[in-house]
Amino acid sequence: MKHFMRFSKISKAFKEVPSQYVYQINPIKNFEPIKQFRVIDLEGNLVAKEYNNIPKEILNQIFELMISIEEMDNLLYMSQRQGKISFYMTSFGETATTVGTTAALQPQDFIFPQYREQGSFMWRGFTIEQIVNQCIGNHLDGGKGRQMPVHYGSKDLNIVTVSSPLTTQVPQASGAGYGFRVNGENKIAATWFGEGAASEGDFHSAMNFAQTLKCQTLFLCRNNHYAISTPTDDQFRGDTIAGKAPAYGMRTLKIDGNDLLAVYNGVKYAREEIIKNKEPFFIEFITYRIGDHSTSDHSVLYRSQEEIDSWKSGNNPINRLGLFLKKQGLRQFNDDHDNQIRKDVRNRVIAALKHGSEQQSPSIQDLFTDVYDEVLPHLQEQYTELREHLTKYKDQYPINKFKGGL
Amino acid sequence: MYRNLLKLRYAYQPQPTQLTPIKMTVREAINLAMDEELAHDPNVFLIGEEVGQYQGAYKVSKGLFQKYGGDRIIDTPITEAGFTGISVGAALYGLKPIVEFMTWNFAMQAIDHIINSAAKAHYMSAGDQKASIVFRGINGATAYVAAQHSQCFASWYSNVPGLIVLSPYDCDDAKSLLKAAIRNPNPVVFLENEILYSESFELSAEARDPNYIAPIGKAKVMRKGDHVTIVAFSKMVEYSLRAAEQLFREGISCEVINLRSLRPLDRDTILESVKKTGRVVCVEEGWPQSGIGAEIAALIMEGGAFKYLDAPIQRVTGVEVPTPYAFNLEAISFPKTEQIVDAVLNVLKGAR
Repeated sequence: MKHFMRFSKISKAFKEVPSQYVYQINPIKNFEPIKQFRVIDLEGNLVAKEYNNIPKEILNQIFELMISIEEMDNLLYMSQRQGKISFYMTSFGETATTVGTTAALQPQDFIFPQYREQGSFMWRGFTIEQIVNQCIGNHLDGGKGRQMPVHYGSKDLNIVTVSSPLTTQVPQASGAGYGFRVNGENKIAATWFGEGAASEGDFHSAMNFAQTLKCQTLFLCRNNHYAISTPTDDQFRGDTIAGKAPAYGMRTLKIDGNDLLAVYNGVKYAREEIIKNKEPFFIEFITYRIGDHSTSDHSVLYRSQEEIDSWKSGNNPINRLGLFLKKQGLRQFNDDHDNQIRKDVRNRVIAALKHGSEQQSPSIQDLFTDVYDEVLPHLQEQYTELREHLTKYKDQYPINKFKGGL
Repeated sequence: MYRNLLKLRYAYQPQPTQLTPIKMTVREAINLAMDEELAHDPNVFLIGEEVGQYQGAYKVSKGLFQKYGGDRIIDTPITEAGFTGISVGAALYGLKPIVEFMTWNFAMQAIDHIINSAAKAHYMSAGDQKASIVFRGINGATAYVAAQHSQCFASWYSNVPGLIVLSPYDCDDAKSLLKAAIRNPNPVVFLENEILYSESFELSAEARDPNYIAPIGKAKVMRKGDHVTIVAFSKMVEYSLRAAEQLFREGISCEVINLRSLRPLDRDTILESVKKTGRVVCVEEGWPQSGIGAEIAALIMEGGAFKYLDAPIQRVTGVEVPTPYAFNLEAISFPKTEQIVDAVLNVLKGAR
């Protein structure tokens, strides 16, 4: 009934509008790239003074978290090489985007991550121990050992669990953002995805829906120049991913992703706009993946060490923020203290790995729980059968490694 | 992109193949099959993520990019729906794509193209539109990759008319079945296994011949036996053979059938074996409900072998849960030798 009423109210009758027409073939061929918003330059000098407005405590907390994550990533990467965990993904070079963004959002905002957002998790309070236990998959893991390493999530922290198939989180964020608007909530759904993931069909549906249905969704594209081995030139044409957003009718910002102040300010602005206008917003961060895609990758096979070093020393988010803080006299502590922070984090990760590896696996029962909301009869039967089998062949299986044994 | 594909029809001259070595890994056998077919037919091309310059996500297409170039080994942006759709279109035009999925788990983003376009095209167009296309990738458990990378899709795809579904075990299977798949004018779903990639087998003299292609729809009896028939495919064949060896030492003789072809299923070989032994154990990695074992149970009932059965059929399957990650949980989620031995003993209960 409602649909019929809509059709009669909107008039699509033809109306001649002369200004709509041109009389020569002049296709659009100029894809002028959107410029990147920047507040501090490569040496940490302030180049956009009006955005130097972030409280000193927050800046220092962000800086300390960024260097902590660098240490943690280093150690966990090495621990995979040593066989202590089976897989890991580092976030070298990209923490200004994740930490800065999450600091600028509100705690009630939902985050739909891709997989390289340890910065988002840890800013909201996810601990080193939680990360390590999840990577090991022991009984202390909040995820009950169900997921591969770095596939964590936290209902308490409003961060949806990482899911492997790329880009599926993006239309989900459109949906959540739709729900927030319809319920009139002061909440947004912020979703992360890489420039490679933006090639998936889901990206396009999500963007179109968000703008058309007016969802309180913040699209965060982290363009780190590589999707495993695929460089951006082989991934897309046109003006990076940001160039696509205006075509959906969406407000768009391109931000220098290694500039923490630009990230923070840009995201804060975007969030306010989303809540005010009840419409989505798109941000693309230009950054660089200094490390390998994951522990299953060896990136020097497809890019030069010189290229990696040029970003590591020439455009490094931690260096830029550190220099800015020093030059402005905002850094609360000195280099010795920073080194101590790094050392403490290393020790903490090592202790967590040691403690984590001594823990038992999740229980055998947990193989069957959570498939549905309750353990259905057929699963109960299979559990009984399995227990009988394990009892019979007790010496072939490491029963004592399961929490609660048989 | 279609323009590039058009050039292929006229540009390429097949390269002579080299003498094939005797022992190799399954990965190398698949590589060799693709190499030979790329050389044999200029319409064949490989497409997928990381297949070219990166040498393949699992190094299966190693060396092919250097040999055949970027027009025939095509690296794509990240979109399964995109490159599968493009490939089906190319196949309908008359080219012969080999579409590589990083894992069949990700092919779910492209399944509409596989089923609604490729599988049904020939029928819906009354024979006008043929899609000679091979979809291949790793299927089932891979170890330490949890739920979204470990599902077995054998029963989903083998359910669909219009598709051919193959699943190799050793090098002979991998090479000769893939060549058969590539030359077959119908769409083929080729289910590989990541753990088998690194395992070595001897490539028989027959399979070494670059002109040899395996018959589709024929299973292989890997081991002859009289007491129990074990039916399996892919990695489960290995565990079945080990179980058979273990049981043989206890005086039980098992016949192990390697299905190789899930659609069409080799009903004759299965029924012949069942009529001989009277007892069946079906092994699969996937979940029990609506699985391959369920189909085999039905076809035994319907195929006239029911009165030869001395015991109900036993199925050995993966645990009916999304695959967990924790090592010890995953280790008890999939069938291994012990479960197959147990099942055989169960099916023999009362027989000795």
